[in-house]
Amino acid sequence: MAVETETNIAHPLPKYKGSRFDFLERESVLGTLFILPAILIILIFIAYPFFYGLWLSVTDTTIMKQGEFIGLQNFSKLLDDSGFWLTVRNSFEYTGVTTIFKFVFGIAIAVLLNQKFRFQRLARASILLPWIIPTVLSTIAWRWMYDAQFSVFNWFLEQISIQGPIWLGDGHWPMISLMIVNIWRGTPFYAISFLAGMQTIDPTYYEAAQIDGAGWWRQFLSVTLPLLQPIILVVLLLSIILTFADFQITWVLTQGGPIGKTHLFATLAYQTGMTGTKIGEGAAISLFLFPALCALVFFIIRTLRQED
Amino acid sequence: MTTTRIDAASSRNRFKWSDIRTGLLAFLAVATTLFPFLWMALTSFKPNNELYSTKANPLSIRSPTVEHYIDLFSNTDFASWMTNSLIVALCATLISIFAATLAGYALARLKFPGANILGWGIFVTYLIPQTLLFLPLVSTASSINRGFLRGFNELFGTNIKLLNSLFGLIVIYPTFLIPFSTWLLIGFFRSIPFDLEECAMIDGARRITSFWRITLPLALPGVLSVAIFSFTLSWNEYLYALVFISSPETKTIPIGITSELIRGDDFFWGQLMAGALLGSVPVALVYSFFVDQFVSGMTAGAVKG
Repeated sequence: MAVETETNIAHPLPKYKGSRFDFLERESVLGTLFILPAILIILIFIAYPFFYGLWLSVTDTTIMKQGEFIGLQNFSKLLDDSGFWLTVRNSFEYTGVTTIFKFVFGIAIAVLLNQKFRFQRLARASILLPWIIPTVLSTIAWRWMYDAQFSVFNWFLEQISIQGPIWLGDGHWPMISLMIVNIWRGTPFYAISFLAGMQTIDPTYYEAAQIDGAGWWRQFLSVTLPLLQPIILVVLLLSIILTFADFQITWVLTQGGPIGKTHLFATLAYQTGMTGTKIGEGAAISLFLFPALCALVFFIIRTLRQED
Repeated sequence: MTTTRIDAASSRNRFKWSDIRTGLLAFLAVATTLFPFLWMALTSFKPNNELYSTKANPLSIRSPTVEHYIDLFSNTDFASWMTNSLIVALCATLISIFAATLAGYALARLKFPGANILGWGIFVTYLIPQTLLFLPLVSTASSINRGFLRGFNELFGTNIKLLNSLFGLIVIYPTFLIPFSTWLLIGFFRSIPFDLEECAMIDGARRITSFWRITLPLALPGVLSVAIFSFTLSWNEYLYALVFISSPETKTIPIGITSELIRGDDFFWGQLMAGALLGSVPVALVYSFFVDQFVSGMTAGAVKG
């Protein structure tokens, strides 16, 4: 391979001067051509649907009929709906609680895996599995583990004489069950990203801290955390966006039930727009993701620019 | 001299103790991570009378069986779902690699009007979740079906459609693959010294030749990362497939399993777990071959954008 490249550099002729492809030598032409496929796909299938979604949200479009402009009626209807407010609360609780747990577990696992021990590579490879395996498929396994009659968790609890809950039915348990799956699914991303960040930290920092008499905890707070900060920030923001917009786990486990107790923006939008055929109203619901998203995007871009 | 020796000795002792603690904690973390998969596997080999018994110890199987796997292939479209997923994932990956490699190179190396804004634009689309787009996207697809594609099909006698067809998914999936792939590849291209290309161009090579023969081969590890990520993400995609596909034989693995093996309130748990396990095999295989690319690619993505 290397040899081949060398020969190419050594014999670069024939010369191109005067060819009809000369315009490709201009960076402005070549650059525009190169970026065109990506931009076209993004314009047709992301930018256009996005603005079309804005339009849909102010119409009464259904699957059967082309809608008419109805102003902000979809939004005012939602704001008067207690079911919608429950969804808002659920989304914030779901995102807030799971993010805290994923962060703490992620850091802990990263610290753990950053030490040398036997099977360390194998442990690292296994930890990432929930993030690789199709979420819907692993969530189906969780649904079986949460089964009202045959839950394996409840079997374990019974062995120590505790009556387990109906995971996807009783009181707050449905939401807690969803959160557990989300934490299980999301922690690997945190752990592996943090681990990679820790491995780039120059060991002399720790040596210097040791000479200054800093213990393990002090080193963690004063060396590890500050140096990980950029990674922590990006991981947190990406994960918050994805959790806030989560669909799969809820849809497979509870479909938003019982009585809307586990609806998130995405599942409510799906139920309203697809199952309930009210596309306009569904589009209005998904748009509530947007302000939060904007704030996060703005924040990420600002921080990345500062680093540059 | 003496102090060092004492330090070494004590650290050796501490090392042993902390080694056991580390090992235990790591075992706990790995066990928690893997339990659902173990449970999936166990369930898939259990006969129904053991599955639905409250008395039997759920962690053991008395008479293991492959009946659920046989059922899956003889009574459902499972084989088609696998093929569909494979076709969609491979095609979407190829399209994304093509578009993202060119865009990544352009944004990393070439100066052209609007480059900066387009770069940030691509990054922002990376952050837009599918959830925000799926409803208008379905409407867009159906109006393209009724408009442009109808005319096209009448003209050429074809039957191309975006809804309820694999072609639709192949066209849609690059929308969430291209943005992050481009972002990842920009990083890779930037890490390759420009001098190499410059030398070639001074020697008379065209710009496009120096890209194709010099920079691209050096960026192949990045392209590989992008490929395995794109494949995995396409294989795992759920929401778009759910709203785009309706007929059983056109479904991909995730929607086939969740919609065809659950009928109303009847869950065929044995088949469900067998299907979930088999449906995970392709990505698990890709993953086991490329663990290091996964880890480095993932963190490059996270660190650089």
